Amino acid sequence: MAQPMTGRSLRDWLPKLVLSPTVAMMAIFVYGFIFFTTYLSFTDSRMLPSYEWVGFDNYATLFKLRTWDIAVNNLLIFGGLYIGICCLLGLTLAILLDQKIRAEGFIRTIYLYPMALSFIVTGVAWKWFLDPGIGLEAVVQGWGWESFEFDWIKDRDMAIYTVVIAAVWQTSGFVMATFLAGLRGIDGEMLKAAEVDGASTFALYRRIVIPQLRPAFLSAFVVLAHMAIKSYDLVVALTNGGPGTATEVPATFMYSYTFTRNQMGVGAASAEIMLLTIAAVIIPYLWSELREKK
Amino acid sequence: MAFTKTSKLLATVAFTSAIGSAAMAQEVEVLHWWTAGGEAAALNVLKEDLASKNVGWQDMPVAGGGGEAASTTLKARVAAGNPPTAAQMLGMQLREWANEGALGDLSSVAEENNWAEVVPAAVQEFAVNDGKWVGAPVNIHRPNWLWINAEIFDAQGLTPPTTWEEFNAAADKLQEAGITPLAHGGQPWQDATVFDDVVLGIGGPDFYRKAIIEADMDALGSDTMVQVFDQMRKLSGYVDENFSGRDWNLATAMLLNGEAGMQLMGDWAKGEIIRADMVPGEDILCVAAPGTEGSYLFNTDFFGAFDVSEESKPAQMELAASIMSKEFQEAFNLVKGSIPARTDVAPDNFDACGQKAMEDIVEAADNNALLGSMAHGHGQTSSVQRAMFDVVTEHFNSDMSSQDAVEELQIAVESAML
Repeated sequence: MAQPMTGRSLRDWLPKLVLSPTVAMMAIFVYGFIFFTTYLSFTDSRMLPSYEWVGFDNYATLFKLRTWDIAVNNLLIFGGLYIGICCLLGLTLAILLDQKIRAEGFIRTIYLYPMALSFIVTGVAWKWFLDPGIGLEAVVQGWGWESFEFDWIKDRDMAIYTVVIAAVWQTSGFVMATFLAGLRGIDGEMLKAAEVDGASTFALYRRIVIPQLRPAFLSAFVVLAHMAIKSYDLVVALTNGGPGTATEVPATFMYSYTFTRNQMGVGAASAEIMLLTIAAVIIPYLWSELREKK
Repeated sequence: MAFTKTSKLLATVAFTSAIGSAAMAQEVEVLHWWTAGGEAAALNVLKEDLASKNVGWQDMPVAGGGGEAASTTLKARVAAGNPPTAAQMLGMQLREWANEGALGDLSSVAEENNWAEVVPAAVQEFAVNDGKWVGAPVNIHRPNWLWINAEIFDAQGLTPPTTWEEFNAAADKLQEAGITPLAHGGQPWQDATVFDDVVLGIGGPDFYRKAIIEADMDALGSDTMVQVFDQMRKLSGYVDENFSGRDWNLATAMLLNGEAGMQLMGDWAKGEIIRADMVPGEDILCVAAPGTEGSYLFNTDFFGAFDVSEESKPAQMELAASIMSKEFQEAFNLVKGSIPARTDVAPDNFDACGQKAMEDIVEAADNNALLGSMAHGHGQTSSVQRAMFDVVTEHFNSDMSSQDAVEELQIAVESAML
């Protein structure tokens, strides 16, 4: 009689036991440090953490800084274009791939491959490719088209768009895969019925297919939005915030204020703003997801 | 978010120090960012010297970013209560660490070896904090050099400029001849290196001290500062189109292969010149940046001594004594391109530029014109320094007017000092 009892209690305990180190580490290294950072953002920490309470001073300083303005504006430009173009391109590719074409698996792999690279690699590769001295511009001019110009990466007004180009190149394949999965989930019978009723292909996609992709859109949006907000490595590798401060984004701002400028309080405050922005995207999503499950 | 990064660093650090277990009776752990071939070889001199005194060397190199990565690692180590025996740092960092109360005291070894007699007073201002020696200086770099491609200047019939007007005239002539006048890389610290030269060249040493080192608001907002930005605007027209983001050594390469006529860069450029089989002072001339003859901007690498446990202190003292020995100072600085941090090393083995530097520094020190370089962490605290970088870079890369730049500079410096 004792045998099954211990067996059951072991079965009850084992999952919790196995999970507990992960939970403990998450609690300390993710949530613990989030609280620590929050606390620091209200202190006068400079080079090292300090515990002198200063209230909202750091936030006031933060929003007076020109660099922060630039960083936030860049995030809006970058985030908007990045999410928009990725979704549009991903959807187009997914629809084209869904036409029962030959070698679909091969083509799909090609589009997905950039996702396998780290942003650092993408950044460095695009930095060379876009460099007017050695990259695209030099090559095309070498071919004889002397007046060809593409120096966005050196142009302070256009540099942020090169970040968009590189990021879109990296992620649109992933968005395509998300949409493709969504497309495959649509009931073929419904499409056949619509065709019988005489719907054009365009109307078919506009009225039936795309509305049914709503969940795929939502997941793509959430993934892209948080990637946009925390983008750091791509910017560092591609432009390092330059020319001047033209491509500074909140994440590079946070790092430089916290670690190189010895203004840890301001850096922590900017980290908080980023956290809240991400939370504003993720929490409603999680809430709606979890509610639907029940 | 910031702290998950720190914790990762901590974990890495804990791991690396765990595997590097000790064999020697005494051991020093030294954090530095000298990982390039020549510098690493020069550090070997120090390691061997310590080994002969039976002191082990636990190397902790953190490469990259002119010490930015190293400084982040160092903060994590100190915050965790486990500082290294000594860490490479620039003057202002040394002062900031000393003010945090994290540094120890090298005064006994300093007195024994008479450091106060041989180290220039301006360097001592950083090395001595509150009457205590907190760090040992390794070298003295001079960022205010103008490097000139002699062949180009000969061909164009130009002579090295000694004022900014002469510089502009020479640059115009080069530009007409289709040569890029100024080899430059658009990175904030390089822009700031040039800015330092212009402030010192136009305003003179007293203005530099007031505006940069004391961050005096009137000086920062003065007409002289407007002229400085006017000159910066001129300079931004003398660089090639593709300058933005370029590393300094690539800019030096342009100078060496004759694409550009001049470069404003510190004496570490010598390493590149020698590697290209050219002779500093002959193929590539070294003169003080326009208008700065008689003054000497400097930046020094120190080994800051942390407040370590009693049993580690003897080894720390040995380390400091070895760093300040004439042999190491000479061997290291011959490789590094800088000059020794003690003035009693014979100049015979140094090249023409090094010998000129050793003469100039004595003259500048006598005239009270030996000044810490803002671009290289000896003029201002990190936050004010970076605020100045922001404005200088912003101005250099845009069409901002000099008047606007001066106002921006005042605002940025003021808000960074809060």
